[in-house]
Amino acid sequence: MKRTLTALSVLMVLSLLLAACGGAATEAPVVEEPMATEEAPVVEEPAAFECTDAIGCVTVGPDEPIHVAYLLVISGSNETLGVDSRNGAEIALADHGPVLGHEVLFTGEDGGCSAEGGQPAGARLAADPTIVGVIGTSCSSEARAAIPLISAAGMVMISPSNTAPDLTLPGNENQWPGYFRTAHSDLIQGAAAADFAYNFLGVRAIATIHDGSLYAEKLVEVFRDAFVALGGTVTGEGAVQPDQTDMSAVLAEIATGAPELIYYPIFMPAGAFITRQALETAGLEETHLMGADGLFSPDVVEGTGDAVEGFYVSSPDLTAFGDAYMADFVPKYLEMFGTEPISIFHAHAYDAIGLLLTAIEGVAVVDADGTLHIGRQALRDFLYSVEEYPGLTGSLTCSEYGDCADPVIAVYQYHVGEYPPERIWP
Amino acid sequence: MLRNWRQRITLTDVVIWAIGLSILVVVVIGAIATLRSGKYALETWFDLSMSGLALGGVYALIALGYTLVYGILKMINFAHSEVFMSGPFTAVFLAEALKRSGFFDSNPVVSLLLVTLVSALVSCGIAVLLERIAYRPLRGAPRLVPLITAIGASFFLQYFFRGLYGSGIRAYPNIPILEGFWSVGGLRVFRTDVVIIISAFLMMLVLYGIVQKTKMGKAMRAVSEDKEVAALMGIDVDRVIVVTFALGGLSAGVAGVLYALAFPVVNFYMGFIPGIKAFTAAVLGGIGNVPGAFLGAMVLGVVESLGPNLFLDGLGIPSANQLKDLVAFVILVFILIFRPTGILGERLAQAKA
Repeated sequence: MKRTLTALSVLMVLSLLLAACGGAATEAPVVEEPMATEEAPVVEEPAAFECTDAIGCVTVGPDEPIHVAYLLVISGSNETLGVDSRNGAEIALADHGPVLGHEVLFTGEDGGCSAEGGQPAGARLAADPTIVGVIGTSCSSEARAAIPLISAAGMVMISPSNTAPDLTLPGNENQWPGYFRTAHSDLIQGAAAADFAYNFLGVRAIATIHDGSLYAEKLVEVFRDAFVALGGTVTGEGAVQPDQTDMSAVLAEIATGAPELIYYPIFMPAGAFITRQALETAGLEETHLMGADGLFSPDVVEGTGDAVEGFYVSSPDLTAFGDAYMADFVPKYLEMFGTEPISIFHAHAYDAIGLLLTAIEGVAVVDADGTLHIGRQALRDFLYSVEEYPGLTGSLTCSEYGDCADPVIAVYQYHVGEYPPERIWP
Repeated sequence: MLRNWRQRITLTDVVIWAIGLSILVVVVIGAIATLRSGKYALETWFDLSMSGLALGGVYALIALGYTLVYGILKMINFAHSEVFMSGPFTAVFLAEALKRSGFFDSNPVVSLLLVTLVSALVSCGIAVLLERIAYRPLRGAPRLVPLITAIGASFFLQYFFRGLYGSGIRAYPNIPILEGFWSVGGLRVFRTDVVIIISAFLMMLVLYGIVQKTKMGKAMRAVSEDKEVAALMGIDVDRVIVVTFALGGLSAGVAGVLYALAFPVVNFYMGFIPGIKAFTAAVLGGIGNVPGAFLGAMVLGVVESLGPNLFLDGLGIPSANQLKDLVAFVILVFILIFRPTGILGERLAQAKA
């Protein structure tokens, strides 16, 4: 008796489930009704949109917003890098206004500028099927962990500040479909920094320090190779941990090679500790110190104190941006966030949003009631074929591996208490 | 006798001893190779030792907080690293204000003492609140419960201070009287290092004196032996525990300012790494043991500073400094293999009352 009851209840549940599924299935034909009734006027639109996209579509209902997400570092010691990009993106959204009659919903996750932070943040974004595209990440280590997840979810991802070369180099495990960037590849930044050191400063012997992050390790490698190719020598290669404070041991090791310049393209606060402690290391008092765009931030001036005097960083050349940058963008930034730009990848984020929204407008299929259908593969294809997009950072053309940047690199020099640093090269 | 030995030694012992010996061999060979290569001058070794000792001094003051609480409650207060962070992260505002008003430059010693006082009081207050809110209600709970609470409290405090002061970094002003170095026979002795080492040693002596010589110290030792019996003897156990947390907090606050002298950048996340290192130092010296915490911290500081260059450089390992934490923890393993309770053993009171 009991068994029959169990069997019955199982059947009940099954039939309920079937009914539920059936319900969903029967909803679709509702749209066909006007077609069935002959006397209805000829409807121009296709009856029901059928998604033929290889990796699926995002459907945005008539009153729903288009969901765009960010994955940037918005807390911790590299906060300014990510918040600055987010600010740039928000300005772009405000400038652009509604997309095909839809508002844009802009939410996001904190990637923490590390693989450990990028992985869970990427997983959370990938799990949300309403997201069309992701602006991010801030750091290359984050990107390496998050890109596979975002790419597998079919979304596009446009980074305003990832610079590690391998992310857009064909034929390696870190290059994924659907990944783009408006930042320069460090193949360009490293070579420019080496050119500056060898030809402008005239140094012949350098040492390098990285912090084990993808960004720093690759940039050091490019810089070193370019410097050696110019005819210079490398006297020492050190490494620290991102959260290390006492740099005396690594600096002592570097000092034994008596380099004329130390290149450490790392982040805060480790960068400030190296700058401060190099001055106290016997044999390094007069050595040139140089970082890269990861150390382009007001935090460097604040955290390094008097030792910041003369510290060089390479970075995208802000003066190479179009006139609209100074005339239009910076005042808007000041108005919306009450400060001048706090890092360097705001304009790149502005362009990332611009590219994404342009692509959405380019591929979306609009129903009569305003419903949008965005094919995910179509969106990617559109972005890969972007040519000469007029962005803030220049004229952007995307390569088939996702490099969209129009990079011009400059070198800046810090002075005590002054931000932004002074542009000295080229 | 021999048979007895054979029965007592198990395979595990043999494996562990083999690990210990291989660590020793690597360390010795590496050190000899480095020293024979003559890559580093004597001055360099001296500089590194001094900065290691200074770092050790900071670790020591944090480790005292871990060790006192462990000695009394047999509980590891993982939120102690945040107690450490709260002091200097608050006092930096005072330091900035004093610098702006010019008082810092005209009265550097007074200013520094003021900043230290504020830092110590804030850390002390946070430690006492932590005990009152997070730990006291769980006094009778199983030991894992306060441990997990401590981890939660640690996150809470970290993000509380992030909310309070922001997630950016702040920097302590330069202090001209502490800049530069004295030359002693061709060696450079940095003033900051000297100040840190001496202050840390004095603080340790004071705390040791309190535990060993005062009435409150006697009560602390009694509570550490047996809480119930101590209560029966008329000791107010709750009060003793509050005092213990307060002492730990005070020393963490002082440690915070000393840390900021050496590494003048503070943020809400600054406590994590020194906290872990200080905990390691406390275990290394023998957790629950005040002089042990000091000794362990000094050993850890010096090993961390000298280790990568001394042991690994000679073995031809590139970028050895990235492995400095590895070196420190391998040395911890090495010492625990031969001294499982740490260098000086686990006990709050050396001479039992």
